[in-house]
Order: sequence, then structure tokens, then C-alpha cells
Amino acid sequence: MTYQPQADFGTPASRSDEQVTLTIDGREVTVPAGTSVMRAASEQGTSIPKLCATDSLASFGSCRLCLVEIEGRRGTPASCTTPVEPGMVVKTQTPHLAKLRKGVMELYISDHPLDCLTCAANGDCELQDQAGAVGLRDVRYAADATHLGQTKDHSNPYFDFDPSKCIVCSRCVRACDEVQGTLALTVQGRGFGSKISAGLSSDNFLGSECVSCGACVQACPTATLVEKKVVEIGTPERSVVTTCAYCGVGCTFRAEMRGEQLVRMVPWKDGKANRGHSCVKGRFAWGYAQHQDRILKPMIRASIDQPWREVEWDEAFAYAASELKRISAKYGKHALGGITSSRCTNEETFLVQKLVRAGFGNNNVDTCARVCHSPTGYGLKTTFGTSAGTQDFDSVEDSDVILVIGANPTDGHPVFASRMKKRLRQGAKLIVIDPRRTDLVRSPHIEAQHHLALRPGTNVAVLTAIAHTIVTEGLVDEAFVRERCDWDEYREWADFVSQARNSPEMLEPVTQVPAAELRAAARLYATGGNGAIYYGLGVTEHSQGSSTVMAIANLAMATGNIGRRGVGVNPLRGQNNVQGACDMGSFPHELSGYRHISDGETRRLFEGEWGVPLDPEPGLRIPNMLDAATDGVFKALYVQGEDILQSDPNTKHVAAGLAAMECVIVHDLFLNETANYAHIFLPGSTFLEKNGTFTNAERRIQPVRKVMTPLNGLEDWEVTQELARAMGLDWNYAHPSEIMDEIARLTPSFKGVSFDRLDQEGSLQWPVNDAAPDGSPIMHIDGFVRGKGKFVVTDYVPTDEKTGPRFPLLLTTGRILSQYNVGAQTRRTDNVLWHEEDLLEIHPVDAEDRGIKDGDWVKLASRAGETTLRATVTERVAPGVVYTTFHHPLTQANVVTTDYSDWATNCPEYKVTAVQISPSNGPTDWQEDYEAQARRSRRIAEAEAAE
Amino acid sequence: MSSTLDNLVRMANQIAANLQHEPDPAAATAEHIHLFWDPRMKRMIFDHDGTGLSPDAAKAIAALKASA
Repeated sequence: MTYQPQADFGTPASRSDEQVTLTIDGREVTVPAGTSVMRAASEQGTSIPKLCATDSLASFGSCRLCLVEIEGRRGTPASCTTPVEPGMVVKTQTPHLAKLRKGVMELYISDHPLDCLTCAANGDCELQDQAGAVGLRDVRYAADATHLGQTKDHSNPYFDFDPSKCIVCSRCVRACDEVQGTLALTVQGRGFGSKISAGLSSDNFLGSECVSCGACVQACPTATLVEKKVVEIGTPERSVVTTCAYCGVGCTFRAEMRGEQLVRMVPWKDGKANRGHSCVKGRFAWGYAQHQDRILKPMIRASIDQPWREVEWDEAFAYAASELKRISAKYGKHALGGITSSRCTNEETFLVQKLVRAGFGNNNVDTCARVCHSPTGYGLKTTFGTSAGTQDFDSVEDSDVILVIGANPTDGHPVFASRMKKRLRQGAKLIVIDPRRTDLVRSPHIEAQHHLALRPGTNVAVLTAIAHTIVTEGLVDEAFVRERCDWDEYREWADFVSQARNSPEMLEPVTQVPAAELRAAARLYATGGNGAIYYGLGVTEHSQGSSTVMAIANLAMATGNIGRRGVGVNPLRGQNNVQGACDMGSFPHELSGYRHISDGETRRLFEGEWGVPLDPEPGLRIPNMLDAATDGVFKALYVQGEDILQSDPNTKHVAAGLAAMECVIVHDLFLNETANYAHIFLPGSTFLEKNGTFTNAERRIQPVRKVMTPLNGLEDWEVTQELARAMGLDWNYAHPSEIMDEIARLTPSFKGVSFDRLDQEGSLQWPVNDAAPDGSPIMHIDGFVRGKGKFVVTDYVPTDEKTGPRFPLLLTTGRILSQYNVGAQTRRTDNVLWHEEDLLEIHPVDAEDRGIKDGDWVKLASRAGETTLRATVTERVAPGVVYTTFHHPLTQANVVTTDYSDWATNCPEYKVTAVQISPSNGPTDWQEDYEAQARRSRRIAEAEAAE
Repeated sequence: MSSTLDNLVRMANQIAANLQHEPDPAAATAEHIHLFWDPRMKRMIFDHDGTGLSPDAAKAIAALKASA
């Protein structure tokens, strides 16, 4: 579409059900009570001049430009701070108002550089627009005392700050406070000396606590805060709404373009997941899409010790198909498999699993959700009947008690964290269960009522102790349980958790959580009003990950915190399309919509559509594929959009498995770590270069729209289709919408989904079917999907991974705000300025015992392997616990993690590894060997000269 | 034992340990393995002599093998 700025009604919408009718400029308008006069006028099409007002922020009333006249009232009140009243008669334009506004604007402009023609915001500047709107034609004041000529702050890699252009409207400060919740910005000084400051006056933006979410840049009505890309390229001339390809929040953005060049990504105000907010990754870290490391030509080689040879697409597809057929003929069809990606679209994922099932002839398909949220699928399906979270993100606005367990949303899901923090600042109570003192535990205007700093690996014990408190202290919502759950199963569970051995006091030596603190937290969750649980990989990536998910579900059912706004069980998904990848039948035991492959009726439905018989037996999961490969029976793998060598546990075992295969096909943007062991490389397309859909953590299906031509020539779904055709499958999709139509035909929860409907609605939350034609923001409202909610006894079973004299510390791993997963995307952006390497967090006591100082190189060793990295000494971690991230391949954090996994799903136990830390003076032999092997493996042969 | 078999034995024991509260832990373990293990994994554990398996895991494997 042609470029139009997003509509701005000046002040936020009111949620009141009461309607108020008033007259504005002679026209009647009816709006919800609590609406400002400014917004009421704007909704009827009258734009009152404004500068300090914007509808993402509470009204402020400082600029005095939006003055109006109201019959029966003295003076000229600010329309942004004046709520509507019944019968009110408002005039927005009179000679008196015009004179006042012109006077105000004249003062502003007298202290503003008049460089509009060369200004980056020329044509996209509210100050410029408002000067025109009020009819300012000259400025009478001499420029004796101004703020012009101040030094610009270029420190942030993504935006500039030019204080000379600032009108001190405070929109940036308020955006940082109200929208982002970081409170990094302030107005320093008073009166004429007032100026915007990022932290202390000695700080610049980069050195301050600013998290580069972009809210201030978006709020700025001038060119004071402006994207560097706008300075470099110019203002955009068209925009396309699409969905972010980073975390599971699923923010929607306007990709603002000039030709095929992306100028900026601006959060879409109508996006229902992000409500107009963004984080540093989605807003700014998209430079990887044009990074020089991208591979744009297909490549093949006979063995991994050879250099790559660039080929045309046809040759690549023919070679891949011939290798897959050769291996199938020689070793049997079960020697082949595929891995779908949570970074790819629903349509691409659906095609990969279809290729495996209909083309390879087996169910050896898995997805990276195996290593993150597979326990969520198992646990919530068992207890509630569906493998997904229960709420939409808006629900948090009605939460009274928020329990966050095993999640670090300010780093992993920052846009939702901002919404959560907003609710906490309004007074909701917070319980954090986490071995680390995450930012959420204590940050500006936020403090957890209870931080249960448990020993890693004891989630189930902690949750059982909470359940013990709730049951034995009579805090169960018995009416809810009797009506909505299986009463006999509840009784069995209640008897179990009531046992003395499950009391907080008895479990304290195991969990290391003070019993009194745990009891207080339990009481707060059970009695504090609407209780909502949010959790992440700190729940799932354990040997009892599935048990922990079920223990969470038990708590929600026991306290009646299911089936309405403000409550629920909310898995915060790691990657953008984890939910969708799981929905699409990526797991080896089930078809799309979570229907087991052994179910004959479901299988026949797919067989009818696909025209081939399907194997009724479950296939191999990723770790099982690698085991089978090292055993010599699994020989070929198609990996789309995943880097299992870096992301999966026990790197040496993954490498051995890949090395044992005869055909590894990597389909990706870059020569990732897995590609070091690949024989065929199929270049991928970015989210900017293709059409499709992602499904976020709230089951929200959202469009991904192509804004530029794929640099590699093909969208990813086309690559999979061509590979399938080379294998002999008669696939003829002309557009991803046709793939979604097939998904809808085969998947009851997607029955009402189509690209046309998504275009109309913006997004839809599954299930979308006859019972819920407009989707399902909140699930289990009148009953659980499975019928009666199922309480499951979840006894604490300690992990097999034990500390001891050789490995006395527990390592847990996680993420950081500026980086994403294995870093393949974010490491190729300026986000490396904030995190150029993985660091090991170690408590001062443990560091001192080992003679380790902050910044020292240390060796991190476990039973699986060892690596080196630099230490940061911090009390964020408890004594006995160390922590690191896994964003950088040279650190190889997963050399250290083990094969131990969740009992139900094989989700790796990343969060608990027994380790020892010691001083080091350089990389390990493994790191050096690996780097050399990677360098050799990435060689690309010179193209032969044409004859 | 091969590494893969070690893993399978550990997985079977883990499943049985986490299903101890089911009315019939061995039957629940057998059902879980039936639903989630691929045929080769099942064959490997069927062919194993039972060393290292917990009583419920061993019972589950025996039942599954008998019904295969």
C-alpha cells in the first residue's frame, strides 16, 4: 500500500461499556465514557492540533496546542486531558483558539532548526505538520537563547539523538516509562534548561539502561530520535504489514519500504499481540537479511571434506533426490528423515512433514520444539486436552497475581514482558520461581513479592509443595474442581500432595526454598484474585519437564484459575512459530492438529488427500535420529531452518551423528554449524521474502507477507515443493494460501482459517471452526477440551545428573535480550554491540574459591565435554549455580550439556548439568579442532571459467 | 550395551519412575512406549536381556513384546 502514517487518535481508547454523546463542531458523536475530547474529535474525523499527545501514551497536557472551547466552561481546556461528558458542546476551531495555537507553535519553532529540507524527517514530522495546521507563517522572536547546535548522540547503532531538534514534549520519556517500562529516559533540569537524558548526564544512549526497543523513536514527533536507516535511505514510500520472525510473542510490524529496500520496521498499532510495541530484535535487528554471509546459490559436494560446489537449482534438486532415493533403496525407507523449523512458516513446516510422510514413506520427522516446548504439548494435552496455552496476551491486563516460573520474559519475550510490567505497576502481585535473580525480580517500579530461588532441577518439588500448602490450608476452589474436573482424580492428587513428605518444610532441603516463603507465595497465588502462570524453558528443559507442566496445570485447576481473562496457563514459546510447527504435525507420532499417527480414521483422511498410504508407527525424534545415525542405520536428513549442531545438547554426539550420515541436506540462510556436516546446501529465504503464516504463543495465526523478492530466487515452500517433485511427488501449489487451504481441510482446529480471512481479520486464534468461527482468545471457558480437567500426580523424581566432587556446580543455560537462539540472525547485526560473546555467570563465593576474577577465561567442564569462555562474577546466580547463554558457536555451550532428557518427550535437560569451573588460558582442544574443521568445511570452490 | 541401548534402558526406567502413581505403572509405561517409540527402538529393547531395567519397566517391555 502507499505510505500512510499510522492513525493516531491522540489518547488511548477507553474500555468503558458506558456510552457518552456530545457535540463537537456541531456534529454529534458517541464514544465510550472516559474517552478524551481529543480522541472523540479524532474518531469523528476532526484532527485537533497536538504535539505531546499520542494514543499509545496517557494524556499529559503539556504542549498547550490542543486547546478547545467548551460551552459553559471557562478558559480553553486541553482536549487531551479533558474527558467527554454527556451533552458537552465543543468547538475545536475558533479565532481565539487559532491565535493561541499559533502563539504556542511560534515559541516552539523559535527554538527549532529550520532545516526541514535536509532533515531526515522531512515529510514525516509532526512538528512540521502542526506548524502547517495552525497556519504559522513567521516567527517574531530573535534566536538569542536557543538549544540549537548541541552535540548529536550517534552512539546507538540503530537511531540517532539530536537534542537540538527536541521540543521536550516528554513523549520519549513517557514511552520508555509507560510502554516499555524500563524508565531509562528522563527530563533533566528545569525550565529552559530541561533536556532529555538517557540515564545520567554522563551516559549516552548506548551506555545507558536503554534497551533499544524503539518506543521512544516511534513516539518522537520530530527528528530528535530518528532511525539511522531513515537518515541513510530517506523516508519510506510504502508499507506492508507482516509478522516478526523472532520470538513467540509474534509482534506485527509495518515493513516500511522504498522500492524493494527496507527502510524500517515499525510496530503495527493494530497488532493484537504487541499492541504497537517492539523490542530491539524485531524493530532493528533485521540486517542479517542482506548480510554478506547469506548463501544465495545451491551447493553440493560428495563428502564433507570437500569444498562446496555451486550449482543451479535443477542440479541441486536432482542430486538431492537421487541421493535420497539411493539411500532409501540401499538402507530402507526408515533411514531417511527430516527436521522442520519453528522459524519457518506453517505452510513450509506442513510441507516438510508431508514430504517425509508422503515422500520418504515414514514418520521420521521432528521439529526444534523437541528441544524446547515438547513437554508443553504433552503436559497440557494430558491435563486440559489441547497442546497450547490458554490465554491471549491481553489477558494479563486482568491478572491480579502473576506467577512466572522458569522464564525470563524481559530478555526472551520482551514485548510481552512490557505488558506484564505495566500490569505489575498497576498493582498486580508477582511471584518469580527461578534459580537466577532475573530482571523481573527487581527493576524500576517492579519488585516480586516472592522470589523462590530454587535449586535447578527441583521444579516439581517446589510446585508440589505449593500444592500441599493450597490443599492442606483449605485454599482449593472446590466448586470449580467439582464442576470442571474429574473429582476422583482430584482426590487422588490432593491425597498425594497432602502427604507430609510433600510439605514445604520437608522439601526445603531439596529445593533450597525457605518453607515460609514458599507457603506465602502459595497463599498469594491461591487467594490473590485472578492468578496467571507464565512459564518458559526453565520448566520444560528438564528431566521432569512434562511433569512440571502438568503440575502447573494442577495448580491452575485446583485454584479455579482457568477459563476466563486474567488467569490461565501460558507457555512463553521460544521461537516465532514453535506453536505453529507443533500444530502442523511436525512431531513423529502425530499428524496436524495433534492426532496420533496410529489413529486409522485420521490417517485415512490424510491418505485420501495425499494419495499415498501412511506408516502407522511413530517415527524417530531428533535425539533418536542421531542415535540411529551413530548406529549406522539412519543415513539421510533434510533440515530446514534449524542448526541442530549448535542448539542441541551434547554437541560431540550430534556431530558424530551427522558425520555418520551419507546425505545431510541443509536448507538455511547461512552456512550454519550443521552445514559443516552437510552434502547439499539449499539457500533459504528470509521472512521478508516470502508469504505464509506464523502462529504465536497465544495460538494467534498471523500473516507473513513478502515485501521483497527472494535474493536466492525461491521462497522456502517452493524449495521444498521442488525437492518433492524431484522425488516424484505431484505437488502443484501455486501459492502458500493453497497449502493453508489443505491444512484447513485436514485439521479441525484450522477449519475456518484461510489467507482471505486472515487478510480481513488481521489474525485468528485457533481453534477456528464451526463452534468458534471467529477463533478462541481464551480456551476452556465452559469446559475443558478433553471434557473433565485431569489432575495428574506428579511425584518428584530427581534427575540422574548429579553433582559430586568432580562436578560440584550446576550449570543452567538461557538467553539474553539482544541475541536470539543460536545467534545465526542476531550475530549478523549490530546487536553484537550488547553481547559479543557468551559469558559464564558465577557467584562471588564460587569464583573466589577457584581464584577466578571478573573477566577471566575459565574452563567449563562436565561429564559430556568442556569448553572455555570468560567469567562474569555476579550475585544474580546463587552459590553452587552457574549460568551461560548459547548464542555463539565458538563458545559451544552445548559441548557441555548432556544426553539426559524429559521422561515423556526427550526434551533435553539443558537446565541442569553438573560442572566444574577452573581458570583457563585458552580454548580447549575441541574448540580449536572444531574451528579448524568448520573453516575447512565452509570452503567454496572457485567457479570454472566458461568455455 | 551400546550407547543407544543404554539410552533406551534409561528412558524406559525414567518413564516407569514418572508413572508410578498410575493405577498400573507397568501398563502405563507400556502404553507410553507404544505411543512414542519408533519400531526400531522397540525392537532393540525387546531384544535386550533386561539388564538395568526397573521391575515396572521390565514388565512393560515384556508385555509390549508379547503383544507385538
